[in-house]
Amino acid sequence: MNYNERFENVTVLGAAGKMGSGILLLTAMEMYDISMKPENRDKHYILYALDISQKALSGLMTYIQDQLVKQAERKINALRENYKDRKDLAYNSEIIAQYVKDVMAMIRPVTTTESAYESHIIFEAASENPDLKTKIFAQINANSKCEPWFFTNTSSIPISYLNEKANLNGRIIGVHFYNPPAVQKLVEVIKCDQTPDIMGEFVSTYIKNLRKIEVPSYDKAGFIGNGHFMRDALYGMMRMEKLRKDMSFAEAVYIVNKVSQDFLIRPMGIFQLIDYVGIDVCQFIMKVMKPYVTDEDIHSPLLDTMMEIGVKGGQNHDGSQKDGFLKYEKGRIVAIWDLDKKEYVKIEDISEKCDKLIGALPQEHQPWKVVVKHPDKNEVLTKYFSALKRESGMGAKLAVEYHTKSKQIGEKLVSDKVAFTADDVNTVLMTGFFHAYGPINDFIK
Amino acid sequence: MQLRKKIYMVAGYNTISMGSGRKEFNPRKARPGLEEYMIEAGQAALKQIGGAKNVDECVVGNFMAARYNNQGNLAAFFPMIDEGLKYKPATKTEGACASGSLALATGIKTILAETADVVLVIGVEVQNTMKAVYGADVLAGAGWAKERKDGHAHFFPGKFSDRAGKYYEKFGYDYTRQAMATWYKNAIENARLCPTAQEFHNTTADLMSVGMTKPNGRTFVDNLNVFDCSKVSDGASAIVIVSEEGLKKCGLTPKDAVEVIGIGQAINDLTKNPDDYTKLDATTEAVKKALAMAKITKDDLATIELHDCFSMAGILAIEAIGLAPHGKGAQFVIDGHTARNGKMPINTTGGLVGWGHPTGATGVHQAVTIWEQLTGKAGDAQINIPANKPYGLTINMGGDDKTLVSIVYKKN
Repeated sequence: MNYNERFENVTVLGAAGKMGSGILLLTAMEMYDISMKPENRDKHYILYALDISQKALSGLMTYIQDQLVKQAERKINALRENYKDRKDLAYNSEIIAQYVKDVMAMIRPVTTTESAYESHIIFEAASENPDLKTKIFAQINANSKCEPWFFTNTSSIPISYLNEKANLNGRIIGVHFYNPPAVQKLVEVIKCDQTPDIMGEFVSTYIKNLRKIEVPSYDKAGFIGNGHFMRDALYGMMRMEKLRKDMSFAEAVYIVNKVSQDFLIRPMGIFQLIDYVGIDVCQFIMKVMKPYVTDEDIHSPLLDTMMEIGVKGGQNHDGSQKDGFLKYEKGRIVAIWDLDKKEYVKIEDISEKCDKLIGALPQEHQPWKVVVKHPDKNEVLTKYFSALKRESGMGAKLAVEYHTKSKQIGEKLVSDKVAFTADDVNTVLMTGFFHAYGPINDFIK
Repeated sequence: MQLRKKIYMVAGYNTISMGSGRKEFNPRKARPGLEEYMIEAGQAALKQIGGAKNVDECVVGNFMAARYNNQGNLAAFFPMIDEGLKYKPATKTEGACASGSLALATGIKTILAETADVVLVIGVEVQNTMKAVYGADVLAGAGWAKERKDGHAHFFPGKFSDRAGKYYEKFGYDYTRQAMATWYKNAIENARLCPTAQEFHNTTADLMSVGMTKPNGRTFVDNLNVFDCSKVSDGASAIVIVSEEGLKKCGLTPKDAVEVIGIGQAINDLTKNPDDYTKLDATTEAVKKALAMAKITKDDLATIELHDCFSMAGILAIEAIGLAPHGKGAQFVIDGHTARNGKMPINTTGGLVGWGHPTGATGVHQAVTIWEQLTGKAGDAQINIPANKPYGLTINMGGDDKTLVSIVYKKN
């Protein structure tokens, strides 16, 4: 079965979720491109969007249509070429509408797992729960007539564990997209010992066709992305707890968040990133990783506490941010949770005091937005970090220590055989987390 | 042919050319529409001529409000500008991107016909109501509808990309690209001197290297980059055309006015492709007629406002005017002759690439710019008008060299 044939029948599990909907969109677009090849025009392509919620599936169909319009607008030149023989389609608006119709015609929203029994590819984007995943895999595998390939979007569970538990004989591979899949360039690919090479090659072609960047990771819980992020977050929370001895909870969160964003020239501070991913998701990922990591304690009592009081972060369906450690209005941080007071404290009530404690940024500082696109990025960063090291303010000191820790985490991922190379670690942080630079660098010597 | 009466233009006004590039432009926020732009430009012109009572007739030039704004019957908008215009005669003209100049031509002919002494002319277009990918479908209406299917997704950039491709073939890519980049640089530098220009806020340091960007046919068109193109614009321009009697009636003197001494119109067959893609032959004809009527030559001109919907169109227009021989238009630009301090300053407030291109307003905008330059009202963009060359020229083009209007103006 070649690449095109395997795509004739595909199921996305958890299709209405945040990751599933993006994967469904990308896969639908790829299947459309395959179906438009002259040799495939008489074939029939089916993409099952499987989810437990009928309501969510209705929302999904609207989301996919809207996204397809946007995608079509961007690739109008190629679409006009696709439809050049259709005399009835002359205007861009007509061609875009036809494209949306043609892609939508392949998608079947369904709620019953039976549909997946016909599929050659099962794309799994269910919630990050090992028991749930293995249960569905085993059920589909036992009932399927066609020995399907399982692509899992897990961001933390070892592939070999899923393979063994669901009894898949190696027909499984980690294809870990980043949120949101339609936009983020990075895909982490994880094979277990039994995964055949042909599956890896297939996935590489798929990722290349989506114009995304593939980074391989060893089959170690958390892989590269969460391997770094979870440890980085634990470090941030540890530093916050240390500060908290001399100030309020909200002030300590403010300082660590600000230093990890502005002083480290990152797109978000560490507490904002935890909110973005979701406190619940972070807690779950740590729980998954913990048994596999013996020399570190991958666990945060603070996240447990936040969950207990019901402050969870994460995103609404429209992509807007829910309140977590920080409170957001139109994407802007307006307040910070105070664990002692059990309420949000307005930024303006604490910022003056905290900013004074943090101290000024070095003159050489340039914002993330500028650095990330700067043609001489390395030079800019080298100058900045050597200036940062000379500063004696609390913010600068904390930033230097944070930066050093981030590098250690990155290097340990290589020495622990999570990442194949230091470059892979850097690529993941730069493409999956939009960092302006990789953690393994010599900006501070 | 000769004009049988003295014709003047007075009381020019341009709104901002609104669109990407302007700091205040936000595609997600509500913006002024046709009504607001017509009111702003119309009222500003009326204020300069003693009010609506002095107006005998109105003309509005517009290309595609019917599709961009779902609005027809634009002539009946005039009383909204000023109640005093109620029950006056009014006309709407359409000739694609030359709609504005057709409005001017209509006004001129109305004065010549002696049915009016004062004609208020407005050009208006509001195009940011849809994304450019759909706007391309609308603008394709300036070409032959039956050609749409075989045309490019970006229909008009496609047309001028074809022309540029032929020019590259004949005269060389590097040479032509150098001229196109220079064209872009001049356009932006001039626009920075004019507060209403769409590129007024442009701060790009190295304009030449931006202009040299290699075209990418996968994402846009084969032979043009986006900097070769005028942008999507909203805006209006107004000017008043008067007879000698009309000038007096408005309480103005010839010093406040430019005199129209020549007009040339020419059309080409909308259903046919150009005989030679490296020439604009209808443009050549229109300019020839206008200069002949004015009894002057190109060498008498102090400045020109020409229709650079694309940098390539600008270069071809230079050759059509006769400023440079065939194939040497690019050299003329490279040598700096079209810059504001060159031997023939062209598009002194940025032209279509720099100032903006609210399609139906462009012809009127060009007239306003010449009026400003010849009456010393161009502000920071003012150029020197030599005493022995008191003339300005406009060239306004509808479609791909299909509907042309060229007008010669004289300083008083």
